[in-house]
Formats: sequence, C-alpha cells, structure tokens
Amino acid sequence: MRAIKAADISAAVKDLCIDASHNLPDDVIEVFKKFAAAEESEVAKQILEQLVENAAVAAEGEYPLCQDCGFAVFLVEQGNEVAIEGASLSAAIDEGVRQGYEEGYLRKSIVDHPVYGKNTGDNTPSVIHVFPTKGDKLVIHLAPKGGGSENMSKIAMLKPADGREGIINFVMNTVAEAGPNPCPPIVVGVGIGGTFEYCALMAKKALFRDLGKPSDDEWNAELERELLAKINDLGIGPMGYGGRTTALAVHVESFPRHIASFPASVNINCHSARHKTVEI
Amino acid sequence: MAKEVVIPVEDPQVILDLRAGEEVFLNGRMFTARDAAHKRLVELIEKGEELPIDLEGSAIYYVGPSPARPGKPIGSAGPTTSGRVDSYAPLLMERGNKIMIGKGKRNDTVKEAMKKYGAVYMGAIGGAAALIASAIKKAEVVAYEDLGPEAIRVLTVENFPVVVVNDTVGGDAYIDGREKYKR
Repeated sequence: MRAIKAADISAAVKDLCIDASHNLPDDVIEVFKKFAAAEESEVAKQILEQLVENAAVAAEGEYPLCQDCGFAVFLVEQGNEVAIEGASLSAAIDEGVRQGYEEGYLRKSIVDHPVYGKNTGDNTPSVIHVFPTKGDKLVIHLAPKGGGSENMSKIAMLKPADGREGIINFVMNTVAEAGPNPCPPIVVGVGIGGTFEYCALMAKKALFRDLGKPSDDEWNAELERELLAKINDLGIGPMGYGGRTTALAVHVESFPRHIASFPASVNINCHSARHKTVEI
Repeated sequence: MAKEVVIPVEDPQVILDLRAGEEVFLNGRMFTARDAAHKRLVELIEKGEELPIDLEGSAIYYVGPSPARPGKPIGSAGPTTSGRVDSYAPLLMERGNKIMIGKGKRNDTVKEAMKKYGAVYMGAIGGAAALIASAIKKAEVVAYEDLGPEAIRVLTVENFPVVVVNDTVGGDAYIDGREKYKR
C-alpha cells in the first residue's frame, strides 16, 4: 500500500480550486478563438473575443473567471493500493475546498438545506464521485459547476424503441429550450444508458473531457459531430444574441443498459468550462 | 458606435428610444439585487412600508459578486439568471425601476410590464465577470448586509457594456438574433 496524508490531499485540492477558478484550460481558449474566426455575426465575434480577454484578466489572479465559482464537483480515480491517513477522502477534499474558496476570494454558493437552509460559508460540502482503479495513484479531477447552466440540464427515461433519433430530439429540445439562459456558447454533456442516476453522472463526466476530444467509441463520436452541427444551426449564438456559435463541443458518454430502459441525460456547462486535474 | 446612457435615468424618453439589439454603455450608479433582496423589497412594498433604496429611474443589476480582494472595490461580477426575479420585477417597475440588467429570458408578464411602465431589460455578458469588474469603480453595501453576496450594493460604473434585450415596444433580441442565424 502507498500511504497518502489527508493534509497533502487538502493542500492539493486548495490549489486546484484556485487554479480552476482563474486559469481557463487552453483547450477552451483555443476553441473560443476557432469559433470567433468562423463567426458570421459581428456581435457574436466580439463576445467570443471578450471571453478570451476575460480569461486573460482572470489569469492575472485578482478576479475569478466568473463570480459563480460553482459547486465543487470532483471525480476521483482512487488506485487500489492507496491508503489515506488522517481523515476520510471526502473530509480531506472538503478541507481543501474550504481553504481554497476562503483564501482565493472565491464566492461561496452552497446552502445547507435546499428549503430552509443558509449559506454554509465555505462552499462545502463538495460533490465527490469516486472511481476505483488499479495502482497506487490518486487522480483528482475538479470541475466547479455554475448554477445557471446546471439549471438547464435534464434527464429522460426514453424507450428503447426511441433509438438514436430519440436521443437527438431530446438533446435538441433541451438545448433549444435553454436558449440564452445557460450562458452560451455552451458545452453539452450527454449520457446514454445505465441506470437513472448513473446516466446523469455520465453527462457530468462528459463535461470533464478536454473540449473537442472525440469519444473513443466511433458511434458516440459520430453522434457528437452530428449534434454539434445541429445545435449550432439553432442560431442562438453567444449570450443568445444570435450567431453560429451556440455550442463549443458535445461530449457523449455511454454505458450498457437494462433491456427495458433507455435513459438519456443532458448536462449543460456554460462557456466557462473550468476543469483541472491533479495527480497525487 | 454604442450609445451611452446615464443612470439613474432622469428623462424617461431615453428609455423609450432604446431598441432591442442596441449596444449600450451605462455610466453612473446602479443597484445590485438577486432573488433574496427582491423578495424583501416586494414584501415591504406589499406592507406599504418605506424601501431602503430609491427606485425612481433606477437601474438594477442581478448579480452576486465574488468577494473583493483587499484594495479592490468588488470581486468578479457577471450577471445571474434573470428569470428567478420575474415574479418580483413588475412591482419594482411600478415603483420607478427603469433598467434591469441580467442574463437569460424574461417571462411574458415582465415583458408586458416593461411596455406598461416604460422600462427595458439589458443583458450583460454572462461569465465575462472578471472583465465586467473592471467597469465597476466603487461598490458600497446599502441594504441587507446579512445576505452576503446577495446584499444590495450601489455600484459606480464607467462604460459598463450591455445589450438591450427587451425594449418598450415588444422587441426581443433573443428572438430576433436566433431567427437571423438559424438554419
């Protein structure tokens, strides 16, 4: 077994929170530039250029990319030879979130009960999904998730007979209805198959992928290309003012399904597609 | 060339002249308020009590900024989703609110109220929050400090960039823009 101290995990997570909120990944900035060059609308082109500029201002370290510094969502790959000393994995991560959001001047957006709650004051608890792997590494992926785009996400229990067309219709309706609300240009995470909750998790997981990196599954990759083209034909455009750039990327994840079930999910991310990884 | 509008608005005609899709720079003072602050304002109005802020000619920005670093007036300050205050907005327009600033769609009741009271809805660039912060020169909490990021602040802004989304004659930049570029 390889021992990892909980305090080391907290320290790494603290840095990860601050890094994710200030430094938009290069894959996202490159996609902004690519779409700006191809934009037909002057206003849309201007907005995309301002998003590149916003990323540069945020990288200077004074202002986070967005005032909504998100729900801290973690995907953790935990090797079977990793033993964590001193605290549980979730306690270690939450301690890092607490420190990162406080010391990084990031906005705390979590209330402790959905109905009668008040702000927890430190942006905890975070949402943590653990995936067991082989080996002695702990790989922590963070995507701070804004509320505006999360609110436009959906899940549907389709029928197996709905097939590929059923998925396309569901995704298109969800994106069309969201319109300007999720801060387009958006990233669209799509989950197909699995159970109700696992399908939603796949759509979330899809948002952690580097922008434009196609699925390893050729059928999924073809669906991603078709959906991206169709979504950009909606004309919603950056901020919803019209344009060719409504989505920057569509990522599809799939999992085997029950013979009776055909769940599909759409998790929408705003253009501030923050995602960072640390390996311990 | 973007138009300049001074806030709070003294001449109501300035608002009537604005059209959906126009780019505008705002200069002057605006209030910030999210759902929680709206709820309190509306409760006071319904009880017939005095408001902590003067709504006449006002601009209200739907924002919950991130904490200010030492020496800075404010943290990042992009717009939040406007639909969440739709149920409160008409009453504030009735009390003189002229400009609402946020992001995302408004419902039909709010759009009708804009025509009735001569008010407009403007969109700020969601997620360009670090960039927007540079147009905010001063920020001061004036009510509901206990709400933290949701407290009502007065922001002094210079060339704060917005686009008119809904005007006083039923124009809607979200609908027009989408129509123009859909295939």
